[in-house]
Amino acid sequence: MMLLLGAALTALPLCLVFIIRLYIVLKTGPNHKPGAKGPVAVLVVAGSGGHTTEILRLLEYMSAAYTPRHYVIADTDRMSEEKICTFEKFKQQSDSKSQFTICRIPRSREVHQSWSSSVVSTLNALWYSLPLVFRIRPDMVLCNGPGTCIPLCVAGLLLGILGMKKVLIVYVESICRVQTLSLTGKILYPLSDYFFVQWSSLRDKYPKSIFLGRIV
Amino acid sequence: MKTVFATVGTTSFDELIESVTSSEAAQALKARGYERLVLQVGRGSVFPAAASCPHITLEAFRFKDSIAEDIKQADLVISHAGAGSCLEALGAGKPLLVVVNDKLMDNHQLELAKQLHMDSHLLYCTCSTLTETLRTMDLSVLQPFPPGQPKNFADFLDRALGVK
Repeated sequence: MMLLLGAALTALPLCLVFIIRLYIVLKTGPNHKPGAKGPVAVLVVAGSGGHTTEILRLLEYMSAAYTPRHYVIADTDRMSEEKICTFEKFKQQSDSKSQFTICRIPRSREVHQSWSSSVVSTLNALWYSLPLVFRIRPDMVLCNGPGTCIPLCVAGLLLGILGMKKVLIVYVESICRVQTLSLTGKILYPLSDYFFVQWSSLRDKYPKSIFLGRIV
Repeated sequence: MKTVFATVGTTSFDELIESVTSSEAAQALKARGYERLVLQVGRGSVFPAAASCPHITLEAFRFKDSIAEDIKQADLVISHAGAGSCLEALGAGKPLLVVVNDKLMDNHQLELAKQLHMDSHLLYCTCSTLTETLRTMDLSVLQPFPPGQPKNFADFLDRALGVK
């Protein structure tokens, strides 16, 4: 009984500090300018299929300042690695100093996977994401929808909460989402520093989002 | 030879393959001057034999690394509502008829097809209305689909992050 009380008395202030820190981290987004100090290290979350295609399209036009690019793909994804290598070879032609790495983590959730098992698999992915993000210490996480990005974004936020580094969360909702956000989008909307949608109907529903028209 | 290319992407959509190779649909295509029908059948269990369609020259395959060439050679693309397939056809500037799979539950992919239809970039039907649509469709109402502008995203990010 006393043990439980003791645990609660320790946990409660810790939770409070955590929430306050999270609030502060989220508030500092707009003023944080990593580009001013030099190259911007990016952690790119490459989900499978169309997600990878969309994110490479975005990266194609991003300047040489965004380096190194650390791609993270799900362990069950076979095709993204090839697409990324082809893309980076092309990038290398216009910018010889560009660098990239590819890492794999367990997939957070398969399509149609049940809710209860999704929580377990996402926690498992988090277990791998934390050391990865803590090692890479990116300036920014760039993601566009696959469940794989949740544990990576959470790890990025944690880096900020622990006062180690502010990691900007940049989320671009897929062009497929016209009227409704994806589940990942709904989760990351309150947690992102920059949240892009590609259709005006979503901009109207989510006022914090940024609408620049279609960008892929 | 005026060609139609039908694609189901990475899915299986037997009903579409059956509908588009039916006698009535093939006749409707022939009446419009199409002489060749190429089918990408994906994971489906229906794989029509080349000789099975009397009115029109038929070819079929499951998957290719890229269907860009098939789209390029087509005068009409008939596709499932998958975003990748739609965007690839529209990006190539081809007239696109999307056949919606009304057997799929919670089909969020319909959102994009519906919006593109509202913006007159593609035509829209179901398997049961396919033949009728092929008979009566007016492709001249379709508007060109301008590509997205990733440069806008890159410029915004540079300004926001203070990149010089």
